[in-house]
Amino acid sequence: MTWTWFHRLGSPPYVYRLAERLTPWFAWSAAILILAGLYDGLVLAPPDYQQGDGFRIIYVHVPTAWLSQMIYVWMAVAAAVGLIWRIKVAHSVAAACAPIGASFTAVALGTGMLWGKPMWGAYWVWDVRLTTELLTLFLYLGYMGLRASFDDLQRADRASAVLAVVGVVNVPIVKYSVVWWNSLHQGSSLSLTGKDTIATPMLIPLLVSMLGFTLYFGAVLLVRLRAEVLRRERAASWISEVVRP
Amino acid sequence: MIATLPTEMTPPLRAARLVIARDLMLAFRRPDQLVQPLAFFVMVTALFPLSISPERATLRAVAPGVLWVAALLAALLALDFLFRDDAQDGTLEQFALSGQSLTWLLLGKTGAHWLLTGVPLSVMAPLMGYTLGVPVSASVGIMLTVALGSLALSFIGSIGAALTLGARRGGVLLSILILPLAVPILIFGSRATELAIRGEAYLAPMELLGAIVVLSFTLAPLAAAAAVRISLE
Repeated sequence: MTWTWFHRLGSPPYVYRLAERLTPWFAWSAAILILAGLYDGLVLAPPDYQQGDGFRIIYVHVPTAWLSQMIYVWMAVAAAVGLIWRIKVAHSVAAACAPIGASFTAVALGTGMLWGKPMWGAYWVWDVRLTTELLTLFLYLGYMGLRASFDDLQRADRASAVLAVVGVVNVPIVKYSVVWWNSLHQGSSLSLTGKDTIATPMLIPLLVSMLGFTLYFGAVLLVRLRAEVLRRERAASWISEVVRP
Repeated sequence: MIATLPTEMTPPLRAARLVIARDLMLAFRRPDQLVQPLAFFVMVTALFPLSISPERATLRAVAPGVLWVAALLAALLALDFLFRDDAQDGTLEQFALSGQSLTWLLLGKTGAHWLLTGVPLSVMAPLMGYTLGVPVSASVGIMLTVALGSLALSFIGSIGAALTLGARRGGVLLSILILPLAVPILIFGSRATELAIRGEAYLAPMELLGAIVVLSFTLAPLAAAAAVRISLE
């Protein structure tokens, strides 16, 4: 078993070219899956017996909410790898994740608010799930704020990495907030081990759409990662080979 | 590395105690560190009767939240004192170079910070509670919850204070970094205070608060030490 493929991931030129090659694959499969998932969910799936067509927002809300947490963990793992093994590319990945995660968190909150108005009668209630999700947004913003407040890139990398790792404690709190506290927000519909609490014709488009959004995150991450690598390596000679004037 | 490394190191616990003694002595010689957070706490609490209503029933209903938000803000303000002076005069650098475990030294510093801000705040909280119409019988409960909550906040805050050492505009950033992580303390602390005011058993939220203290006490100094090292690079 050779580990060269793994070690090469620490090299900025290699990662830049790899990201360039992989981006279309992620982008196209994301586009197809999202369109298929949304068509299936918005048109083909039956309306909910209680919520009517209102439930269909889950095909955007659940994937974005899932990504807001998944990206945080991904960012924290990348930050930890950068902190422990001092790999610059890992710090670039973490830095590229934060704005994407913040955007998904904002979309999850926004779609939740749109759904909350007809269903709960208010755009916003101070419910634990909503509050902890809002805190996730602040953690992303704090991470980006801390990063922006250093002039030295290496110190920005390492300091924000510590923050990202510490902030992981929020992820289980968000996940289990609906279990630990009496929450207005409904519990999880999906389960890896137990029985899903959602009908199959509604579930399939949800899973397709979640996969599509996740791949979309991958595509955006790869583009941002390339920009991040370019910014950091602007003085390196290999840049002239990959960037045509 | 260092030629004159002492052959016999001071044990870490004793080193932490020495740091606590040093910080307490410095603070008592220049008591503004001690007085300012307290004055801030009293002033913020005083804003609520002025802005909501001076009516006792209303104030008693919001008292737990008011006390906790004010104590949280005061403790957050005080976090700015935690490392700043020592970073400026090079003491933190000497700590890092001393060969002692930086984690233990920061544990001592954070402990001293709690003795200087958290404990006075917890003594002041029942007094301010009394002005908000809280019965005297709740005093011990309020004191205990604020003491425990501010201890957890000191430890969690030490991470933020250490991370913002080299940053521009550290003050506002520190609040943004720490407040999301401090929310569980606020939830359980104000819940325990509310139960204490109503004269009910407040042990359950206190135990959760204690769990947060144990978690932050064991892990936060490690993260803070890593953050201090980064700021010294």
